[in-house]
Amino acid sequence: MAAYIIRRLLYTIPIVFGVLLLTFILFNMVGGDISAEIAGKSASKETIEEIRKERGYDKPLFFSWDSQFVNHFENALTFNLGRALDREPVIDKIKRGVMPSLALTVPMFFGIVIVSVGLSLIVAFVRGSIWDVLTVVICVAGMSIPFLSFILFGQYFLAYKWGLFPIFFSPDLATAQYVALPVLIGIVTGLGANLRFYRTVMLDEMRSDYVRTAFAKGLGPGRVLFKHVLKNAMIPIITRIVLAIPFLFLGSLLLERFFGIPGLGYLMIEAIGSRDYFVINAMTYISAILFVIFNVITDICYALVDPRISFE
Amino acid sequence: MSEQQIISKTLPLPKGRSLWQDGLRRLGRRRFAMACFVVIVLYFLLAGFIYLAELFDWQVAPIRWSQEVGSQYESPSGENLFGTDIFGQSVLRKTLYGTKTSMTVAMFASFISIAIGVPLGAIAGYFRGFIDEVIVWLYSTLSSIPYILLILAFAVVLRDKTFFGYKLAGITTVYLAIGLTSWVGICRLIRGEVIKHKNREYILAAKSYGCSAKRIIFKHLLPNVFHLIIIDFSLRFVGFIHAEVILSFLGLGETTRPSWGAMINDARIELARGVWWQMATATFAIFFISLALNIFGDALRDSLDPKLRTQ
Repeated sequence: MAAYIIRRLLYTIPIVFGVLLLTFILFNMVGGDISAEIAGKSASKETIEEIRKERGYDKPLFFSWDSQFVNHFENALTFNLGRALDREPVIDKIKRGVMPSLALTVPMFFGIVIVSVGLSLIVAFVRGSIWDVLTVVICVAGMSIPFLSFILFGQYFLAYKWGLFPIFFSPDLATAQYVALPVLIGIVTGLGANLRFYRTVMLDEMRSDYVRTAFAKGLGPGRVLFKHVLKNAMIPIITRIVLAIPFLFLGSLLLERFFGIPGLGYLMIEAIGSRDYFVINAMTYISAILFVIFNVITDICYALVDPRISFE
Repeated sequence: MSEQQIISKTLPLPKGRSLWQDGLRRLGRRRFAMACFVVIVLYFLLAGFIYLAELFDWQVAPIRWSQEVGSQYESPSGENLFGTDIFGQSVLRKTLYGTKTSMTVAMFASFISIAIGVPLGAIAGYFRGFIDEVIVWLYSTLSSIPYILLILAFAVVLRDKTFFGYKLAGITTVYLAIGLTSWVGICRLIRGEVIKHKNREYILAAKSYGCSAKRIIFKHLLPNVFHLIIIDFSLRFVGFIHAEVILSFLGLGETTRPSWGAMINDARIELARGVWWQMATATFAIFFISLALNIFGDALRDSLDPKLRTQ
C-alpha cells in the first residue's frame, strides 16, 4: 500500500513539471517582457528598466543558473509566487479570496449533487414515462441556455425587480445573504448536465439483476432505490465529487463577477482585465497542483474501496 | 452455367449496407433530430452567406449592422423587430452578424483541435512505447489545469501578439485559445479506440500485406473511428459556442464587430433600465443552435455507435 502511494506520487512529478513548462512557455516565452506595459505609456526608460530588473525580465531565458527558466521552477516549487501588478504578494490575494469563493461554491456544489442524485433516482424509477421524457427535455434545454443569461436574468428578476435577494455583495451583509442568490442560480444552471449524467448512471443500475431480485422479494420502491441502487451507484458519484473538489477552490468566475463577491474568480477576472500575468500564472499553477493531489486521492480511495484494483 | 451463377440468378443477394448507410437511415427516421439538423444547416448557411456578403461587398442588412436604424433603445416593433441598442443599431442585424462570429470561432476551434488531437491520439495508440508516454504526458499536463483557466491564460497571452508578421486580434485569439486547449478529449478517445482496433484481424491483414504504418493509420484505422470524431464534435461544438460567448463577454474576443457575447455584455447595463431585448435575442440565438446541436448530437450517437444500440 505504501509502495503504491509512493509510486502514485512519483507519477505526479512529470505532470507538475509539465504544468510549469507550459506556464513558462506561455508567460515568459510567448507573453514575454511586459515591463513597458506595466510601466504605462508615459514612463521613462529608467522606470521600465527598473521594472524589468524587479520582475527578472533582464535575465536570460535559459542556459544560466540565474535564468528565467530556473527561477520560474524554483519560485513555483518553493511556493514563492511573487507580487501582483499592484505589488501585493499574490499569495495574500489568494488567501483572501479562498473563503468567499468556498462560501459560494461549496453549498452550490452540494446542492447540485443532492438535488440531481435525488431527482435522478426518481426519474430512473419512472423511466419511459412522460415525466422521464419531460425531465430529459428540460435538462437539454437548460444545458443550451448560456450561463451568462441565467445569471443576468436571475439577478434582474429575483434581486433587482422582485427584491428577494441583495443585488451585490457588501461587507456588512451576512455570508448566507449574499451567497444565496448566486448559489441558487448555480444550482439551477448545473442541474441540466448533472441530472442527465446521474440519470444514465441510475438507469444502468436499474437494469441489473439485483434490482429485479430486490423487487421480486417484495421490497418497496423506496427501499430498492435508496438502499440498493444508490449504494451501487456510489462509485461513479464519488469519482465525480472528488474530482470536482479542486475546482471549488477556484470559485466561479462569472457568478463572482456579477455579484461582486471578492473571491478567486473575481481575482482572476481582475487579473485578465489588467493582464496581470503573475496572478494568472499563480492561479494556474495552484489549481493544477490541487487537481493532481485530488487525483492521487481518488486513486487511493479506489484502491481502498475496490479489492479488484491491485497495488502492483 | 456454374453453380455460383445459378445461385446468383435465382437468389438475388441482398445489397449490403455500410455502417454509415445504416446509421444515416436510422437517423433519417428520427423526425425531430432531422428538424434540428435543418436548424444547424440554417445557422451555417447564414454564417456562410455573411462571409460571402462581406467578401463581395453585397449591401445586405446583416453586414450593415453599424447603421443607425432608429433612436436609442427603441423597443421591439414592426419596424425594428427586436428593437435597437444604445447607438440605435438594429439588434436583429447584430444578432445575425453574431452568428458568423460564433460559427467561425466554433468551426476553426474544431479544426484546430481535430488536427492536433486525432493524429496524436492515433500515433500514441498505434506505436505505444515511448512516444505514447510523451503524448499521454502532454495531455495529462493540459488536463490537470482547469479548462476555463487554461483557455483564459492562452487568450490573455496570445492577444495582440504578432506571429510571423500576423497580428492576432479579435476572434483569431479566441479560436486559437479554444482550439489549442480542447484537443485533449478527442486525443484520449482516439488513442483508446486505436488501441482496441490495433489487434483486430483487418489491421493484422493490412500489416501482413506490408502496409506502412502511415497507410494503416490513415487508410485503415482512422476511417473506422471516424464516426466517433463526428459524434464527439457535434456535442463539443456547443461548448465552443458557449466558450466564445464567455471570452467575448470578458473582453477577450471580438471587440470591433458584433458577437453574441458582446451583446450580453452590453445587456449588463441595459437590464437595469428595462432594456431586455438585446439580451433576450442573443440568448435565443445561442439557445436554438445549442439545443439543435445537443439533440442532433445525441441522435447521431445513438444511430452511429453500434455499441449503444442495445437500449
